[in-house]
Amino acid sequence: MGYGLSFGWLKDAAGAIAHGAAMTVFLIACTTVLGILISILFAAARRSRYGVLRKAVAVYVEVIRNTPFLVQLFFIFFGLPSLGIRLDPIVAAILAMTLNMAAYTTEIVGAGLDAVPKGQSEAAFALGLKPRQVFVKIILPQALKVIFPALTSQVIIMMLESAVVSQIAVRELAHEADLLQARTFRSFETYFVVTLIYLGLSMAVRRLFVAGGRRVLGAGVS
Amino acid sequence: MIEFTFWDILRNLIFASRWTVLLSAVAFAGGAAVGLAILAARISERRSLRRFGSGYIALFQGTPLLMQLFLMFFGLPMLGFRIEPWTAAALGLTFYASAYLAEIWRGGVEALPRGQWDAGASLGLHRLQELRLVILPQAFAITRPAAVGFLVQLIKSTALTSIIGFEELLRTANAINNATFEPFTVYGLVAVIFFLLCYPLTQYSRMLERKTAAH
Repeated sequence: MGYGLSFGWLKDAAGAIAHGAAMTVFLIACTTVLGILISILFAAARRSRYGVLRKAVAVYVEVIRNTPFLVQLFFIFFGLPSLGIRLDPIVAAILAMTLNMAAYTTEIVGAGLDAVPKGQSEAAFALGLKPRQVFVKIILPQALKVIFPALTSQVIIMMLESAVVSQIAVRELAHEADLLQARTFRSFETYFVVTLIYLGLSMAVRRLFVAGGRRVLGAGVS
Repeated sequence: MIEFTFWDILRNLIFASRWTVLLSAVAFAGGAAVGLAILAARISERRSLRRFGSGYIALFQGTPLLMQLFLMFFGLPMLGFRIEPWTAAALGLTFYASAYLAEIWRGGVEALPRGQWDAGASLGLHRLQELRLVILPQAFAITRPAAVGFLVQLIKSTALTSIIGFEELLRTANAINNATFEPFTVYGLVAVIFFLLCYPLTQYSRMLERKTAAH
């Protein structure tokens, strides 16, 4: 066979890999913040008085959930310019990731909102809080506490799926791996190392969310 | 240069989607077979096997599918296999599916009351018979909505195999797009085809879920 594994290239590649990992973390951080904000809005819209709004959110959720993320990404990055919307790869990646994640988290946030007993908002109204205060201060924190584990899993799934944005040349972890293996001809070793880094990242993100959730929400997370 | 009408594009895409369907079917069947073995390890009485099972699941659920596919594509030739995109895609998705299916079924096995095992044992069944005759049929039944839901995820995941060069729907679309420069139409149609493949299954999964919830 005569093929030996070699990791000698790793020393020179550490900088590029770290840079790529930082980009991946940046992408998922933006996506998490934007995605959760949007899904709170959409979950509220799904429960609004306006039938059109409810329908629109439902259609959006179904379309995103039943098509591959990679196709959505290509549609946004390659398809939208023919409508005159030209996006930078990083912006396109964040847009695609946010739209994708929000479709899943809208359902999750919605389930959380439904799980808060009606008496909570009635009590808050009785105390004289305004509708917005009731939502932001009473309902939302309790809902987030319930759904925190599911939200954490969704963030990790999205981070792993973000590897495909390497296909539109965003220089994140997977793309750095593509570049490295083209230079070193050590394809297997390169992807092996990068896969382990992804594994480490997903464990770190879970740890971070568990610790953060416990501190901020007092959630007893898995 | 060849001129592509809308119908040419559509016909080619529909024709290519049979590979998407075939790959999904192969990966689901293979994943079910391997997943069964992983499940057996995961719920085994031997601690080392349980460790292996949970490690396997954590590894495949904690790394990107794209990286798994690359490792298959570049790793298998090192073991002396002749590698083609089709084999790498089918094997990669099989292992990926096996981890998820094993985890889904494990949830079903653990949801069953302890008495089911005891009842099996009191009938004089040994462990394998207990699993085959008592535990697994029930575990499969209660996790069917989740398994169908995962099939949808698997169908969507086949799009990634275009990156390692397997000629399925999305790769064909890329080629057509390079010839026609009509990305909006081409990728829009790809999305529609995937939607038509996935949406009925999503609805079916929901229907099953309602049924199990009603019982």
